[in-house]
Amino acid sequence: MQPVKLRSHGKAGRSTIKESWMEEAAYEAHRLAATTHPPDVRAALNKALERESKELPRFVMKAIVENSMVAEEDQRPICADVGVLRFFVVAGNEASMEGGFVALERAVRRATVRVTRDLALRSNRVHPVNRRNPGNNLGVFSPNIDYRFEPDADWIELIAVHKGGAFGSDFRMMVDGDGLNGVRKGLVDAIAEFGRRGLTCPPVIIGVGVGGTKDQAFSIAKQAAVLRPIGDRHPEPEIAALEDELFDLANSFGLGAMGYPGTGGYALDVHVEIAYTHSALTPLGVHQLCQAARRGVVRVHPDGSIETRPAPSWFSEFFRRAGI
Amino acid sequence: MRTFRLKTPLTEDAVRELRVGDVVYLDGKIHTGRALVYQHVLEKGNEPPIDLAATCNVQMHGAPAGAEGELGRYRISSIQATASFRYARWVPEYVRRYAIRAVIGKGGMDGAIYRDVFSRTGTVFLTTVGYGIAAIYGRGVRNVEAVYWKEELGLPEAMWVIEVGNFGPFIVDGDCTGASLADQANEVINPRFAEVYARMPQHVLKRMGEIAQSLEDEVIAGNAGCPDDAGAAPPSRGGRR
Repeated sequence: MQPVKLRSHGKAGRSTIKESWMEEAAYEAHRLAATTHPPDVRAALNKALERESKELPRFVMKAIVENSMVAEEDQRPICADVGVLRFFVVAGNEASMEGGFVALERAVRRATVRVTRDLALRSNRVHPVNRRNPGNNLGVFSPNIDYRFEPDADWIELIAVHKGGAFGSDFRMMVDGDGLNGVRKGLVDAIAEFGRRGLTCPPVIIGVGVGGTKDQAFSIAKQAAVLRPIGDRHPEPEIAALEDELFDLANSFGLGAMGYPGTGGYALDVHVEIAYTHSALTPLGVHQLCQAARRGVVRVHPDGSIETRPAPSWFSEFFRRAGI
Repeated sequence: MRTFRLKTPLTEDAVRELRVGDVVYLDGKIHTGRALVYQHVLEKGNEPPIDLAATCNVQMHGAPAGAEGELGRYRISSIQATASFRYARWVPEYVRRYAIRAVIGKGGMDGAIYRDVFSRTGTVFLTTVGYGIAAIYGRGVRNVEAVYWKEELGLPEAMWVIEVGNFGPFIVDGDCTGASLADQANEVINPRFAEVYARMPQHVLKRMGEIAQSLEDEVIAGNAGCPDDAGAAPPSRGGRR
């Protein structure tokens, strides 16, 4: 899927992104996330089906691939559990938004209410203490929005992510002595605990966050799982090699779809992100993104054009502080 | 794989014929329920407004992606099940009290429930496939007949009674002989994990509450609680590793 221009508002030379365009983009990002597998995920699921030779997991993989088509065709949610609707926003440093970022947040909230109603998404966000369900996926800190900024860009990219979350995440506070074996074991622990019985809804995309602070390790692991396309490799060769090694490790247990013994593979990919950490410690985060890997990416330009994109541009050299 | 197309309400004979690994499609009526429904019925003493045993003796552990349109009209876009082991403390009593013949869920339940409860009640556990083929299941929803307790439980977690046609596929995870498909899978997978663990050092710091690593204790262990079975341990997640 090449970037697809949805609309041009035909006002070349305009320099301010309007709130209404952002709402349109946020709605489209949600719709894509809910109903349409990203092209890299669909291709990887097809390959997993081809690799699978055992009857039971092959039956499952066929259904998963068919479901992907049915969801797009009927415009139904790929998964009834819409997870927690959230946005990652890449804002160009030169982008100017009418009403500023407060307007962007307003636009995102309006789009979330509309898409919940129009696609009959499950209203999935409830008050954590009294379990009250407001019915529109809005609430305290909901939808959550994470921002990062990109130099020399005048556009704003909205990345909608719909992901559940009970199973697959794991955290270890590792110390300096745990080393790389600690990373390997942390991954195996997460798969042993949640991959069996298919609680993670495999085949999954695994994100591993190594280093930083405790919350950073968890955040970059999540971002590695949900914001990097399958096949992408970390720019540092040492980390890219670790990704390849962990990918082989994750697929070495003979786990197939739903945790049944199979040949199709457990992980579609493993992405590792690192952050410089405390000299005594190595916090480790692991996230596993289910086969209903839902993200929708829409970029808005100051001339009013809105384009859907096959993959997020969340990770960049600037964002990773490459070369320091 | 043997494939069955069954009408609800399911008969005990039809259910007892099923074996783990069989594929099932359903026609007729089913109802949904998660923690809030179980609590509402079993802990707060609210009786379901319809005769479940006689009309829709299949319960799905799911909250549909659905919406309310014109007054009293509902639509479901997608539907599937959520992880069932969470409901182990209520399932045995609910299944007995309302003569539930099939529970549709995710991940299976502790094999002890199949052996000790389902084998006696004549109930099977049907697992959803892929755990995310909700659009296919959504196509199988013909009509939403009623949504009970919407005000009390919220729309998604209310008790939805829905009419389905060619609703499936589901795979039998637990049958009336007490067999468990997930347990059979783990018997194949566990030795491979054991092999890898054997050459891995332990982390210096344990997780919070961690006691020991054991492949016998999965995440669902300790959730086989059958509150009215004498001698059964209370549901607990403590000390599971």
